[in-house]
Amino acid sequence: MSNVGLILVSLGYLTLLFSIAYWAEQRKRQGKSVIHNGYVYALSMAVYCTAWTYYGSVGRAAVRGIDFVAIYLGPTLVAALFWPILRKMIRIAKTQRINSIADFISTRYGKNFSIAIVVTLFCVAGIIPYIALQIKAIAESFDIMHAGRAAVIDSSTNWFFNDTAFYSTALIGFFIILYGTRSVDASEKHEGLVAAIAFESVIKLVAFLAVGAFVVWGLFDGPADLFEQASQQPQNASLFTLQGGASGYLGWTAMIVLSMFAILLLPRQFQVQVVENTSEQHVNKAIWIFPLYLFLISLFVLPIALAGNLIFAETGTSADHYVLALPLQADKPLLALLTYIGGFSAATSMMIVSTIALSIMLSNNLIMPALLSLPAFRNAVDTSIQKTILYIRRFSIIGVLMLAYFYDKWIAHQQSLVSIGLVSFAAVAQFAPAVLGGMYWKQASKNGALWGIIAGFMIWFFTLVVPSMVSGDILDTTVLTDGLFGWSWLKPFHLFGDSGMDYITHSLFWSLLLNTGLFCLISLYDKRNAQEVYQAELFVDINRFAGVQEQASTWRGTAYLPDLKTLLANFLGKDRAESILQGYARRNQIQLDQKQADPRLVSFSERVLSGVIGSAAARTMVQSVTKEEEVSMDEVLNILHENQQMIGMNKELRRKSQELERATRELTRANEQLRSLDEVKDEFLYTVTHELRTPLTSIRALSEIVFDNPDLPIEQQQEYLGAVIRETERLSHLITQVLNLEKYESGRQKLHLNAIDMGEVWRHTAEAAQPLLREKNLTLHWHLPNTMMLLTADEYLIRQVAYNLLSNAIKFAQHDIHVRATHNYDEWQFTVEDDGRGIPEEELVLIFDKFFQAKNQTLQKPEGSGLGLAICRKIMDMHEGRIWAENRPEGGARFIFTLRTDRN
Amino acid sequence: MAEAHKILVVDDDPYILLSLEFLMRKNGFDVMVARNGTEALDLVEKQRPDVVLLDIMMPDVDGYQICTHIKQTKHLQHAHVVFLSAKTKETDIKKGYDLGASLYIGKPFSTRDLVKQVKTLIEA
Repeated sequence: MSNVGLILVSLGYLTLLFSIAYWAEQRKRQGKSVIHNGYVYALSMAVYCTAWTYYGSVGRAAVRGIDFVAIYLGPTLVAALFWPILRKMIRIAKTQRINSIADFISTRYGKNFSIAIVVTLFCVAGIIPYIALQIKAIAESFDIMHAGRAAVIDSSTNWFFNDTAFYSTALIGFFIILYGTRSVDASEKHEGLVAAIAFESVIKLVAFLAVGAFVVWGLFDGPADLFEQASQQPQNASLFTLQGGASGYLGWTAMIVLSMFAILLLPRQFQVQVVENTSEQHVNKAIWIFPLYLFLISLFVLPIALAGNLIFAETGTSADHYVLALPLQADKPLLALLTYIGGFSAATSMMIVSTIALSIMLSNNLIMPALLSLPAFRNAVDTSIQKTILYIRRFSIIGVLMLAYFYDKWIAHQQSLVSIGLVSFAAVAQFAPAVLGGMYWKQASKNGALWGIIAGFMIWFFTLVVPSMVSGDILDTTVLTDGLFGWSWLKPFHLFGDSGMDYITHSLFWSLLLNTGLFCLISLYDKRNAQEVYQAELFVDINRFAGVQEQASTWRGTAYLPDLKTLLANFLGKDRAESILQGYARRNQIQLDQKQADPRLVSFSERVLSGVIGSAAARTMVQSVTKEEEVSMDEVLNILHENQQMIGMNKELRRKSQELERATRELTRANEQLRSLDEVKDEFLYTVTHELRTPLTSIRALSEIVFDNPDLPIEQQQEYLGAVIRETERLSHLITQVLNLEKYESGRQKLHLNAIDMGEVWRHTAEAAQPLLREKNLTLHWHLPNTMMLLTADEYLIRQVAYNLLSNAIKFAQHDIHVRATHNYDEWQFTVEDDGRGIPEEELVLIFDKFFQAKNQTLQKPEGSGLGLAICRKIMDMHEGRIWAENRPEGGARFIFTLRTDRN
Repeated sequence: MAEAHKILVVDDDPYILLSLEFLMRKNGFDVMVARNGTEALDLVEKQRPDVVLLDIMMPDVDGYQICTHIKQTKHLQHAHVVFLSAKTKETDIKKGYDLGASLYIGKPFSTRDLVKQVKTLIEA
């Protein structure tokens, strides 16, 4: 593929990243955060999978078989512990506005400067090669795409203007500066950046799966075929099994431990998992999505490695290039391009997050503290400091990327992808005792952590970096063969004698042993200062302090509010500082009009500042504007104890007020219910009186006519008086029904339960309805069983139901009425069918409402009281039975009610 | 004597219709009856009555709608509309008068008073 084409595609992809980041920032401004989402959170964690994973795992699998899986197993195992560990980290970081792993460690150990500096430097030393690795991957994949095959190209001779890696790095740097240095407050979220990272995670997964699927099903006849062919190649035999022996099992364990620490401690993981986390709840999603992601992206590693070994046997193609070389070899340029983009996204996402994390560490833990320790600089601080901080971050970003770029040019091209990655992992593993120990062991002290880390790093440097300097011709090879200074126990690969471990395991073992040993020993015998004790309590017991921690302050001394205000205004801008202070004061009921500042305000200001310049520097700055008094250890512990009690009391109070709230809510609801019940009752009364008025009107009018017109012919008098009689009957029927319904609904009607035979009930009902049936000339068809239909019910009430349904049917039937009874399991079901006009579908349920017909003007004038079906439903409710209406397919309506046989 | 006044009685209750028809005829009106809203609208157009005795709650078109139609149609608006309704809430009555009715009489009513009131209406 042409150079120009490739550059255009890469540029296009980067432009897409820019747009996604821009879009996410816009959404955030509209209050619709993209990254406030468990799935996006889990995807952003997949920044773990770098170009090393993408290209290098295959390289490792091609040589060493399935042991690459360890790199994925470690994080998968840790994912199960996300809830206790990661959530605790997030909680601690949020309450203390911690914004990097260096800040985390330094804050834990009393906001100590030296430890922050040491951790930062070691991070830089450990991560720069890793970033270099990504640059190398971009450059190599570019060259391979350009050449159309996996040729061995030495790109180290290309400098700047004809070097694609340079342009990529520069553009990525521009992206990081644009979306990574928006706010001086580093504890703010990088909305656009995280959205872009999550997007890249999707791209690399899709690309890798596409290549994998193509290799397995396109180049071979499915996995069975591929593995069959591969197993016939002798050099593959060892790839299918775990290597046994000390180096095998130990190596496997070491890799798992290494990657377990990496997922928690790598600066980029800390950045996306802790600093950019918007809700603890998202951890829940990540617990299963992140391992799933790792599973998917590792699924095709071994198949691709085997396929590469088969296809490129004897060609000298590097196994690190298989992923890209396979689609190229098969002449699938589009798939190759997708693969290239996938690798590009894996590399860029790692570079972006690592660089931003390192630059924050450098500016907050190294450069700012150094500058602020100069009295001249400190006294000259004004609002322009914000610009300075942003520039420091930007230059740190450029510096980090430049360092990585040069590292790549000088050293990196001699090592395989995986080895650099593991060296990096081994570096951050040195933070494990200080971080994990600090989170769970109060005794852990600053000196223990500091010396543990330093010792661990020295071993790391000697066993992993020195050898690479030898192979890079910086040191003489005698160091490797005879040991440092000719001392044979100081050989980088065989410290203290030959152990039979591979070099990574060897390094990890000795460095962590010394690190942890020093950490524990010194901590046990160390005397900690008050600040350390205080932070230890806050870290280890974070769950007891969470929420109320804001109100805790162990600060004692004299501070003036105007000084604090100016300090915050310098670093945050006047408006922001003012609003933050006022918000805090309002939440904690602190007066802001006094000259003397409340101790809580001092602690709060320090926390806010630490988001901008790191905790150690923030402490210095606050000290510079206040007169602090020494606080004794006992006092600190007392304050903490009081706070914990306060939390207890607060909890009690909160519980009480919640109860009160609940009671109020219930009262309001009851009130509303009563009111709506009242309304229902009013409505009912109104409808009843309305229904009474109509027959009354006729009765009055007709009787007045007869009374006023004595000369009326006798037939006419008879007609009018007959109508009066019928209307009076209607009236009294209505009154009975209203009273009945009222009785049933109020619950005053007691059920007189007896064993009754429904056959008897139906016979009675039919007899009562006989005159009506005859009048309309209808035929009643019985479909009842010959046996008794026994059930327990109130006979009088059930007769009402049967009669209401039957007289209803008589009203609408044309010729025939059917009454059926069936027995299902534990209930009897009775059906009354007519062959009338049926019921509109939407009214099948409504007809059981009181006066539904009267209220519904689209219907015919009500015949009967308008309460019959409502009464039926009520009676069925009382019997715990059901009643409903259906339309028969052949026309007419069907009313069904059921009664349980075993009711007691 | 001048030509008899035309009166239209609208109600969906057969007995009320029966009694009102008798009553009005006996008092010298030219009486037409409608059992529902549709019939009423039809008769209003064809016969242009001077007085309409109007029930409100009817299945198809309600009395309010009929009154609105009468009062908004130029050649019909001279007719006196008298609501006869079981709806006796104040809001119902106000609505009736707002639509241009001359009278709103609650059910049940006195036939003697009704005749008097209607007569006063047309003589005024």
